[in-house]
Amino acid sequence: MTPSPARTAVAAAGLRKSYGDQTVLDGIDLDIPAGTVYSLLGPNGAGKTTMVKILTTLIGADEGRMRILGHDPVREPDAVRAGIGVTGQYSAVDGLLTGEENLRLMADLHRLGRRAGRRRGAELLERFDLTDAARKPAAAYSGGMRRRLDLAMSLVGDPRLLFLDEPTTGLDPRSRRGLWDIIRGLVADGVTVFLTTQYLEEADRLADRIAVLDRGVIAAEGTADELKRRVAGGHVRLRFDTAAGLDDAARLLGGRRDDEALALQVPGDTGVTGLRSLLARLDDAGIAVEELSVHTPDLDDVFLALTGHGAGDGAGTQNPPVHAQRKAA
Amino acid sequence: MTALTHALGDSATMVRRQVKHMWRYPSVTLMLIGMPILMLLLFVYVFGDAMGTGLGGDSGGRAAYLDYIVPGILLMTMATTAQGTAISVAMDMSEGIVARFRTMAIARVSVLTGHVVGSLIQALFAVTVVTGVAVLLGFRPSAGPGEWLAAVGLVLVVSFALTWLTVALGIASGSVENASNVPMPLMFLPFLGSGFVPTDTLPSGLRWFAEYQPFTPIIETLRGLLMGTGIQDSAPLALGWCAAIALASYLWAKRLYNRDPSV
Repeated sequence: MTPSPARTAVAAAGLRKSYGDQTVLDGIDLDIPAGTVYSLLGPNGAGKTTMVKILTTLIGADEGRMRILGHDPVREPDAVRAGIGVTGQYSAVDGLLTGEENLRLMADLHRLGRRAGRRRGAELLERFDLTDAARKPAAAYSGGMRRRLDLAMSLVGDPRLLFLDEPTTGLDPRSRRGLWDIIRGLVADGVTVFLTTQYLEEADRLADRIAVLDRGVIAAEGTADELKRRVAGGHVRLRFDTAAGLDDAARLLGGRRDDEALALQVPGDTGVTGLRSLLARLDDAGIAVEELSVHTPDLDDVFLALTGHGAGDGAGTQNPPVHAQRKAA
Repeated sequence: MTALTHALGDSATMVRRQVKHMWRYPSVTLMLIGMPILMLLLFVYVFGDAMGTGLGGDSGGRAAYLDYIVPGILLMTMATTAQGTAISVAMDMSEGIVARFRTMAIARVSVLTGHVVGSLIQALFAVTVVTGVAVLLGFRPSAGPGEWLAAVGLVLVVSFALTWLTVALGIASGSVENASNVPMPLMFLPFLGSGFVPTDTLPSGLRWFAEYQPFTPIIETLRGLLMGTGIQDSAPLALGWCAAIALASYLWAKRLYNRDPSV
């Protein structure tokens, strides 16, 4: 299915999965080049975790073909498992063991041998800033520390492909940034990362390519910039010296006025050509513009435009649809 | 060959994990041992005198009753340990760590064998302690070295079977709360057999059950080995029951563990 498995980390075609009459994944295609970060972006209940479970051999798909690191996860699950690391949404650490023992457990299961295992453990504790807590039981760790230990455990076997299922959900902003730095470091080492997230900013910051997953289908796929460009959510904001200027411009261009700030939001083409024609029309009408700013859409706009509902608006979510409220305001 | 050595290596790693758990949290083991010891004290010192006389042996009384119930108490000890296994398996299954194991290239069943072997170690320890307490109370087994060895073997065989059963129950129960309740009947089966009173003192319906349930031949065999009472066909029956329970439970546990976990 893939011409050069060494260069493709994950390839999938037509993946389907349903539980009873509820379809969770409805025909997913993936093609992830090795050494890149691929992000599956979607709200709770979109099917992200199911996708990760299928790709990591935890569950089978009802339909579709897959190659993970050149192997078929159904026929040769152990070949796939040998090359991947998985950090799930819920901490997969042994809370009764210390951080050090958790890492040694992984080293033993990867058959690293006693000395190499100890060395690898110490190295990872150091790298993830857990050396001081190495001898405390993992159950006593904070959320951020647990997540770091979790990730460290996934790395003991030097995986070439790392699955991170909502790695920063529930973390405070500082821990989140710390984890982002770690993930960037892994990518620099050549690890392929499959990242699911419901945070638009996270995908934007980390991923080479982003797929927007919505109700079991990929609604859009591309780089962050490509996705943003597909959305006509950009606008030009003009500010004026006088209320008269604002009135004139509003009559000429339409758009949304902000009387307090003496500003006008004009939706539409934010490219050079569009700007030039906008300025020409203002010039012709003799309207003086005090300040002009161009607003390109962020991923929130992308989500809204591509799926017809906000990111926090999906099935089964507990989050208030913040984005939709802001849009309506 | 390598597949087998890998399976053994992974299982050994998982056993070490279980032993570490027990070592770090001895309160669990202490509780598992404390329960049968309490029962032993209760039955010997509260009911012992009256019950012993009812046995109709030559000496009668408390001492005779102590000798009579130790095999039943030992079986109860194995059942309690097995119940602990159900809880720790259920705890494991509810945590992400097992999902991690499933995504690693390790022998799948090693997670379960780790629990079983860890539990066997725990059961052997618990049975030793409870036997020691019984001896302190005045339990005087007549067994020679051969019988002792056979008794240890029987304890291992019974614990092996019960543990596979509770491993399966632990997975099937779906939650830690259920897992602590589901194996409860195992605790009561010694009562509904020859553990505490001879079966011929029971009313007819109950007697029929007591004579045919698996714990009765196990208790009779253990009693025969320790006290020199007659074993007759109890030994093959006991071993047969254990083999059947172990095999069925192993297959059940393996199937439960390998099925697609739900969302």
